[in-house]
Amino acid sequence: MIIKRRQFLRSTGAAAALSLAAPLVARAAADTIKVGGLHDLSGALDLVGIPMDQVFQMAIKEINEGGGLLGRQVEGVVYDPQSNMSMYSQYATQMALKDKVAVVMGGITSASRETIRPIFHKFQTLYFYNTQYEGGVCDRNEITLGTTPAQTVARIIPYAMNLYGKKVYTVAADYNYGHITSAWIKRYVEEQGGEVIATEFFPLDVAQFGSTISKIQAAKPDFVCSAMVGSSHLGFYRQWAAAGMKEQIPMISTVLGAGGNDQIVLTAAEGNGILSSFGYFEAVDNPANKAFLERIKAEYPTNTPIMSEISECTYEGMMIWADAVREAGSIERDAVLEVIAKGKTYDLPAGKVKIDPKTQHAIRDVYIAELQDQTFVIKESFPESQPADTQMVCDLIADPRANKHYEISL
Amino acid sequence: MDYAIVVALEMVRAVAWLVLLAAGLAIIFGMMRVINFAHGEFLMLGGYTVVVSTGAGVNEWVAILLLAPLVVGLFGVVVERLVIRQLYGRMLDSLLATWGLSMLMIGGVTLIFGNTVQGVATPFGGVRIGTYQMPIYNFVLIFFAAAILLAVWAVLKFTRAGLIARATMQNPNMAETLGIRTTLVYMATFGIGSAVTGLAGGLLAPVTGVVPAMGASLVGQSFITVITGGAAVITGTLSSATILGTISQGTTFWAGPVYGDAALLVVALILLRILPQGITGRIFKRAL
Amino acid sequence: MEKSLTRDPGFWIMVSIGLALMILGPILIDMFTIMQITQYVVLSVFALSLAYIWGFGGILSFGQAAFFGLGAYTFAVSSIGMGDTTVPLLLSFAVPAAFGVALGYFMFYGKLSDVYLGVVTMVVTLIFWKLANHTAGPEYSIAGVRLGGFNGIPSIPTINIPGQPDAWLDPAQLFRFFMAVLVIVYVALRILIASDFGRISIGIRENEVRASLLGYDIRRHKVIVFAIGSGIAGLSGAMWATYQSFIDPNAFSMEMSAKALIWVMAGGVGTLLGPILGVIGLQWLTLQMGMVDFLNSLVVLGAIMMVLVLALPKGLVPTFKSLAVAGWTLWRRGRGVGGRVKKVASDD
Repeated sequence: MIIKRRQFLRSTGAAAALSLAAPLVARAAADTIKVGGLHDLSGALDLVGIPMDQVFQMAIKEINEGGGLLGRQVEGVVYDPQSNMSMYSQYATQMALKDKVAVVMGGITSASRETIRPIFHKFQTLYFYNTQYEGGVCDRNEITLGTTPAQTVARIIPYAMNLYGKKVYTVAADYNYGHITSAWIKRYVEEQGGEVIATEFFPLDVAQFGSTISKIQAAKPDFVCSAMVGSSHLGFYRQWAAAGMKEQIPMISTVLGAGGNDQIVLTAAEGNGILSSFGYFEAVDNPANKAFLERIKAEYPTNTPIMSEISECTYEGMMIWADAVREAGSIERDAVLEVIAKGKTYDLPAGKVKIDPKTQHAIRDVYIAELQDQTFVIKESFPESQPADTQMVCDLIADPRANKHYEISL
Repeated sequence: MDYAIVVALEMVRAVAWLVLLAAGLAIIFGMMRVINFAHGEFLMLGGYTVVVSTGAGVNEWVAILLLAPLVVGLFGVVVERLVIRQLYGRMLDSLLATWGLSMLMIGGVTLIFGNTVQGVATPFGGVRIGTYQMPIYNFVLIFFAAAILLAVWAVLKFTRAGLIARATMQNPNMAETLGIRTTLVYMATFGIGSAVTGLAGGLLAPVTGVVPAMGASLVGQSFITVITGGAAVITGTLSSATILGTISQGTTFWAGPVYGDAALLVVALILLRILPQGITGRIFKRAL
Repeated sequence: MEKSLTRDPGFWIMVSIGLALMILGPILIDMFTIMQITQYVVLSVFALSLAYIWGFGGILSFGQAAFFGLGAYTFAVSSIGMGDTTVPLLLSFAVPAAFGVALGYFMFYGKLSDVYLGVVTMVVTLIFWKLANHTAGPEYSIAGVRLGGFNGIPSIPTINIPGQPDAWLDPAQLFRFFMAVLVIVYVALRILIASDFGRISIGIRENEVRASLLGYDIRRHKVIVFAIGSGIAGLSGAMWATYQSFIDPNAFSMEMSAKALIWVMAGGVGTLLGPILGVIGLQWLTLQMGMVDFLNSLVVLGAIMMVLVLALPKGLVPTFKSLAVAGWTLWRRGRGVGGRVKKVASDD
């Protein structure tokens, strides 16, 4: 059954593969508009990369079925960076210089983004980064659609403190995302008059959490806030549940469910009750989302990927770009950017999305949801959340030449 | 007081964890002097067997205790026949070939099963120790770690097969002249080592995230435990797992997981510097 | 220069090809391809470091990435800190070489052998990898340069002309400079291997007991060989860092060590040309793998590695050499001049 899905992936990706294998074919299709997709399809991050690529392919198909752009068909150029930063930089250079793509969607971790962002900046290839991240990118060449801590952490912390109490224990992945996010957690907890009693960092390959679970029990927090990332860290939730702690201390997470499959790897008993906050959940109730989910189902009838913020944002990226191209009547970067930076509001599956001209980050609806039987049930929504963290450090209207990832100091 | 008990139990569990990770590899290394670099992926295969078969409705314990060792053991026999057999006596080449095998397995499992499988629940629940709670499953892990070591010891010590295996281990040429078909012994050894690894992988499935790349973070620990232990399968594994497990877990409690991991590596380095042939290369020389 | 070296036509052919490519490459080949080839050049230097210590010193290191990463991080920190890249480039050789001496002393004077040596080098690499990954917090910075943990260090400067920090090399110049480094490393290693020191290394590789009975200090010798290899690996790490303009802990990864092993093994242990061909072939293949959608790249690479070990245990170049010699022999024999065959075969 699963092989079928892979075959499907193959056939949709075949256009991209062919154009590389046979220059003749590429020339025949020279009047297509090329768009680049750079998502990890193998290696450690393929869990999240494959659904993003599936949505990317689907969006291209959708645009083409609607008559293409400016009378031309859109053609996807897909490379697999294999979860390897060197491959990222190579393929990014290739997309910009050799394939001359009009726009690129991609990059998953902040590390991969900081590898390819300067390359696209240098070669003036418009770039969409569609992943939830720690905030702070200031680059006129990049449109950032994922949520930042000021949009999610700022919401979920007060919500959880209200429900559970003021003493928080933070566990986080030991890399930039974890460090920065835990700093935000601390700030928001303290703003609400609470206290972070301990923060522990875990290397991404740690898979045993017995000692931490005992330590948490000794510390007796009102709830645990997790910014754990990756497959090894899923063991934390499992061992937590196995110790019978789920009934004792509630848990919230800033990142569980980001890739769309964490909730499936955890059993219902292990996941139930964990709160999470993102700019998109499958449960978002609006007509655009209904149509979006149906299209995904039709496109990938077996093993339908579960949509999460990063895959939905990839779709958003394609739709926003296509809309801007139509309006600008051109695929030139500056013309397209000008339209996008006007701050138009889009009706997308995630709700209303608007690009903030100052930071080129999305101003968007943010949701808090609770994991129930392996799906997220929306508890509360917060319309028009601002990327306030990035807004503190970045103003592209004042300085359009900015090209930096700020680490926002708290 | 409760906390001290919990810490002690966690240390025992850390030792059991290393024993489980390393036992299968130690059998293969101790008997055949072959290092199976795809060991992490053998564990992964065990985990996948459990996850996939329970997903198909098989009882969890049947999957862990029966299917996982069976599938991985058979897979091991096939690998031995096709690859390892060609490379006896070439420790390095077999290492490189199994390294290739490990990549092949990660890629293959991703192709066949996709990259997401539903996890299996951890059986039992928590147990209360004073004011603390611990998974009962910890004791299951400790129990099976002990059981595996005991079983291997009993087989080697008391059965005819064990005698043949020990003879082959000590002097393959002599064993051959005495009419033992060493190739058959090797095949069986590799199969049994793989089966033990499969069982370990199955036992780990309920407590870790089962994904194709999970082996990468496990193989280092297994490898280091085995080499630090030296050639004697049981004493070696047990002694190095005890030293490395308690020290790293103690450091984890005291200073955090990064230092726990680093402590494990540093202790292994120091041990190897003092005892270049592993712990059982110098001490417990005649042990099993 | 050693006579045996100056008389070897293969040596001169290699050097001429290298120099020709260095001079003509950027003129004849488009910029994008040149940037790709630059990558092969950098990794070839890395491959040579292992090819030397393994093939000509008998030291099998599973941790060549430790030195590669150490060189890369040394270069990254010092070049960002200083603003000029000349001294950092020298440091990126010196620091890993010094660490190579220390680790070599630890290992060879501890009489570690074969597989245990491999494990120690691997463990050291793992420690570096873990520690490098742990440096995400703001407290980990050297001379104001944040180490960045998992995300690594961005914005590493391109090589500049000594003393002129703003005169950065453009891609063509960078290619020529790296090509020059590769040729120099190759020539230096060939001279070293042909020298008395090199002969003793090979003697030790062949039979340690015999060499030590002949009165050579094996341990000291091995430490020196190991340190030279470490320095070269460090240098290639620095080249990698500046080529990519960023570096992350993956430089210390097992994958990096594994790649070096695979290149050398595929190309042939005991040659210097083979590993370079290994780099070109396998890196090209990895790149192609990422561009086709119908196969998982790991499956292909894994399969290649297994096939190489099983079918070409000696590696590409030695196998090709013996095939060529056999072919030549047959051809000569066919023409009835078999008398010289023996001489040809032994003239390796």
